[in-house]
Amino acid sequence: MDRNPIFSLRGVEYTYPGASSPALRGLDLEISEGEWVALVGANGSGKSTMAKICNALLIPTQGHCFVMGCDTRDEALVPAIRRSVALVFQNPDDQIVASIVEEDVAFGPENLGLPSPEIRRRVDRSLELAGLTALRRSGSFSLSGGQKQRLALAGALALEPAALLLDESASMLDPEGRLSFLSCLGSLKRSGMTIVQITHRMEEAIQSDRVVVIDSGRAVWDGSPGDFFDGEYEKWSFEEPPGIALYRELLARGLLPGGTLPDADSMLDALCL
Amino acid sequence: MQFLSGISLGQFIPGESLLHRLDPRCKITATFILLSGLFMASKIPDFAFWGIFLLSLSAMSGIPLGIILRSARPVLFLVAFTAALNAFWTPGREVFRAGFLSVTIEGLVMAFEMGMRLVFLVMFASMLMMTTSPMAFSDGLERLLSPLAKVGFPASEMAVMMTIALRFIPTLFEETDRILKAQISRGADFESGGLLKRARSFIPVLIPLFILVFQRAENLAVAMESRCYVPGMPRTRLNPLVWTKNDTGAILGLLAFISAVILFDRFALKSFIIL
Ligand SMILES: Nc1ncnc2c1ncn2[C@@H]1O[C@H](COP(=O)(O)OP(=O)(O)O)[C@@H](O)[C@H]1O
Ligand SMILES: [Mg+2]
Repeated sequence: MDRNPIFSLRGVEYTYPGASSPALRGLDLEISEGEWVALVGANGSGKSTMAKICNALLIPTQGHCFVMGCDTRDEALVPAIRRSVALVFQNPDDQIVASIVEEDVAFGPENLGLPSPEIRRRVDRSLELAGLTALRRSGSFSLSGGQKQRLALAGALALEPAALLLDESASMLDPEGRLSFLSCLGSLKRSGMTIVQITHRMEEAIQSDRVVVIDSGRAVWDGSPGDFFDGEYEKWSFEEPPGIALYRELLARGLLPGGTLPDADSMLDALCL
Repeated sequence: MQFLSGISLGQFIPGESLLHRLDPRCKITATFILLSGLFMASKIPDFAFWGIFLLSLSAMSGIPLGIILRSARPVLFLVAFTAALNAFWTPGREVFRAGFLSVTIEGLVMAFEMGMRLVFLVMFASMLMMTTSPMAFSDGLERLLSPLAKVGFPASEMAVMMTIALRFIPTLFEETDRILKAQISRGADFESGGLLKRARSFIPVLIPLFILVFQRAENLAVAMESRCYVPGMPRTRLNPLVWTKNDTGAILGLLAFISAVILFDRFALKSFIIL
């Protein structure tokens, strides 16, 4: 692969202060520009810890994490790292700072010390991308769950990052909210954004280009979503997404052509979803 | 059952009115002027002026009078208490006597004046909070306190802290409501028994609430850090504060109005004194 690496984790170990066992135990992972990677794994496997390592919120106790070539250990580079990779957490209520939608989106650019017209431009663009333009002057706390999560996304996008790290960001949404959130990610991906999506919902992994399984603080499997759903996910006792189950069932009964699971798009096409 | 609905406590109500658009520095200064005026002129007839002023604030802000009146609800107990104290303890012409307690005309007047003063104080202060977003409010306060920053006062950090504290008010109510409901569904009883028993029954609500709020505050701090917030670093603003002619006009108009009320209080009232 000749694309630029965005994240390079080399033997990353991390133990929380006071914890008896490490949360990450020698994690090696390379993620390149423009990729959409789904990071899956059981609860407590270290996914959130990895996201914080990638944003320099935590510094590895062993090994190195490079973000666009910058070592997160170098304190002077931390502001640049935070600016180039934006993190969106699970609960939007934990990341909304201001009481008005556009004021909240502006929080990041304001911290960067940008001039007002530039902040305005970024706020407008991010609200547009997140589909919140009509709600710009609304109260952040009167939004629905899906809108709040898109607000958190807009706040991250306003930093104009090269990569987005999403830590189970769609998990609290209802099916409709999740769908609009995922379609928003789809268009970001097409515009060249690198997306690292942490999830334990398999149907969110279908849309990615690459699936990485994390188990006990290590990357234990790495491959395409097609290969992942073609047997691999069972080994990690994940539940099967309904679409895949349906496809597999139809395949087994000879109602669909082909013998193996194709990629997400052709699968969805075949099912007319 | 919604326990805490209806408590407005001066939460920001987004809007585009003239009052909403005034510079927060103007609104903070004006509130101070207004409250000083209220303390200088609080005889019974003066409250007609304060009442009319409140009505016009309601009209100018588009905030219904009912919501403004309700903002005084949290202090009603305090008002009743001080009013009762004043009514019984002020010496003067007795109206009636109940045992060893005697109520005087002077006491009743004093009780009314003190009570109304407190109610208006809270309502005027709520008007400020209801028409100013927490972000704008803390920006304004930061700028007003910026002279103190030169002697080492952390005005900027304080502003961010204030934004967050204000931001947490809705969360606090939501969570309290949620915990109350959860406790009630498990058979907790908050509505019977004496004051002490009722106060005690709130302990199982307060402890999870504090744990939750600390957890949320911790999460928020991490999220802010990941959004490039560094305490003490200079920040810029989406909407830098701009002092306009409207702001100057508002302050001058308010000063004229307050002077008129104080003149009325000092001179006009004296000439046709009733009490
Ligand atoms: N703040 C913390 N302090 C101590 N241990 C933690 C902390 N956060 C997470 N852990 C532990 O680290 C491990 C990995 O957690 P985490 O990265 O949150 O996993 P995941 O996001 O995959 O569910 C877990 O065993 C968890 O208990
Ligand atoms: Mg997690």
